[in-house]
Amino acid sequence: MPSNKSVSDAPITQFINCRILRDHQLQREDLWVRDGRILDPEKLFFDEQGYADKRVDCEGSIIAPGFIDVQINGGYGIDFSQASEDVVAGISFVAKKILEHGVTSFCPTLVTSPPAVYHKVLPQVKVHNGGAHGAGVLGFHLEGPFISLEKKGAHPEQFLRTFRSGGIEDVMEAYGSLDNVAMVTLAPELASSQSVVRELSKRGITVSLGHSVANLAQAEEAVKHGASFITHLFNAMLPFHHRDPGIVGLLTSDQVPAGRTVYYGMIADGIHTNPAALRIAHRAHPSGLVLVTDAITAMGLPPGRHTLGQQVIEIQGLNAYVAGCSVEEALEAASLHPAQLLGISHKKGNLDYGSDADLVLLDDGLNVSATYISGDEVWRRGP
Amino acid sequence: MRLVILDEYDLASEWAAKYIRNRIIQFQPCAERYFTLGLPTGSTPYGCYQKLIEYYRSGDISFKYVKTFNMDEYVGLPRAHPESYHSYMWNNFFKHIDIDPANAHILDGNVEDLEAECQAYEQKIAEAGGIELFVGGIGPDGHIAFNEPGSSLVSRTRVKTLAKDTIVANARFFGNDLSKVPTMALTVGVGTVMDAKEVMILITGAHKAFALYKAIEEGVNHMWTVSAFQQHPRTIFVCDEDATLELRVKTVKYFKGNSNNICCHCFLLWTSRNCSQ
Repeated sequence: MPSNKSVSDAPITQFINCRILRDHQLQREDLWVRDGRILDPEKLFFDEQGYADKRVDCEGSIIAPGFIDVQINGGYGIDFSQASEDVVAGISFVAKKILEHGVTSFCPTLVTSPPAVYHKVLPQVKVHNGGAHGAGVLGFHLEGPFISLEKKGAHPEQFLRTFRSGGIEDVMEAYGSLDNVAMVTLAPELASSQSVVRELSKRGITVSLGHSVANLAQAEEAVKHGASFITHLFNAMLPFHHRDPGIVGLLTSDQVPAGRTVYYGMIADGIHTNPAALRIAHRAHPSGLVLVTDAITAMGLPPGRHTLGQQVIEIQGLNAYVAGCSVEEALEAASLHPAQLLGISHKKGNLDYGSDADLVLLDDGLNVSATYISGDEVWRRGP
Repeated sequence: MRLVILDEYDLASEWAAKYIRNRIIQFQPCAERYFTLGLPTGSTPYGCYQKLIEYYRSGDISFKYVKTFNMDEYVGLPRAHPESYHSYMWNNFFKHIDIDPANAHILDGNVEDLEAECQAYEQKIAEAGGIELFVGGIGPDGHIAFNEPGSSLVSRTRVKTLAKDTIVANARFFGNDLSKVPTMALTVGVGTVMDAKEVMILITGAHKAFALYKAIEEGVNHMWTVSAFQQHPRTIFVCDEDATLELRVKTVKYFKGNSNNICCHCFLLWTSRNCSQ
């Protein structure tokens, strides 16, 4: 049956036999899409007297909003922090591969690097929508170089920096341009960092705290100035201590300004964080949990030697996914919360009417069976 | 009048749904000849709608050549409000079946000119060839649609102010806040429903028992507007045991006895599959 032409010529697709994530619950409802966006079928019925052109039988699958990965350093042999000649090709390659994991938008992440790398890489990749070619790029996540020496983790020491001259000038000098940047991770105990936090927040860039030895007071100060994320909670920061919880204390801090939420990234592979610690964080602050991969070049490749920015690392063994919450909460931690963090939840990270139709179809084991971007199927698992 | 008494709500809903299904199938609607159905809202017909959806899903019935006309809608309530009758019909019926949206008619309580809307509705019914089967419910005060006590028994589609009883009864859908309940509604008239070829009234629950008594054991009276259907050639009242609690034992026995006898006599054109219902 054709759709009503008086409002829009675009075909209407109706996903049937599915459970959709809406209002924090999995509901047995059909999902309607037109023009790359989720459509309100009741309005369609009464206002336009329209109906679906095409029906997709989901055979009982779960439909969740497409996953958003805000921390991914590369994969499949590609390292985003290498100043390769063709950064665009590398990012596009990874963007296409991660569709298989239901990721429809991501922030390519650069670890601490010399200015030359940032100056070369950042201008080459613009924020853009995804499609059949691959997941959409929401902007770079720059993890470093303004981080703590003691908590550098796998970052190269020689390229760490502090705010020497006056904050934002150092930032511009290091990165060159902030045009395609969505997020910056920094250590708030560094002198003059607060003005940087303020300035970056004003420019709409998400400021994240990480790789830091800050105490709770310093972290709270940064949040007051606009910081809203914690990079891989527990890793590369002081451990929780009952007299000074450090950055971890932000999860239950009463100093967070009203109406604001502090989100925190968790690498839920069971290795970076003990599952019990993951559950403590989740129970303390369930609405702030953001699942990230923090994937590196070696993702998707066999064990061996690979690069991570300026360093070389060895990969052994496999990663395991560890769930500690309900299905709905897990799905929201991978879609809704990162969208809220980046301030794009009006169009991504949910299945509300009007949002972009970036979808992932999952079976009951939460394995991805198909991925859609703007209502078009961009990946489907083979038989 | 036929009075069909089932043991309880689910059986009454099923009986009513089967009746509607069978009437549509028997009519053999097609592009040149649609089956026109009048529809109610509320908690009483909910089970009936569920059953009709089930019959659609199992392939027993299609609504492709069915036109529907709802009885009423609130005035001034946004169409997208969860308590509007548009929302009720979408969520509980239309979104589950294959009806053409152009054939689903509900009065619009948000237009500038309510009078014109009512007249246009009567016009649409006439253009559709009249209503084949009008399904309705009954209020605790014996009203049909929003034809409150005192409504003319020959009334047509119009704007009505709701009675206090009705507003109180509906408050449970508006967080028990009387101030949030709409005070006016557009409704088909008693006369409009009387024009239908056949009328089926669903009545379940003890709280409707007195209204049923007034409707069928007392006279035709504009204070109990459902009583008007005593003068319709083809009316069926479908109820559960609880709804008969205020009727005379004699009345109930008579109609229960009837049901056993006429089960297979009616609907001469049924196939045997349908007859055993």
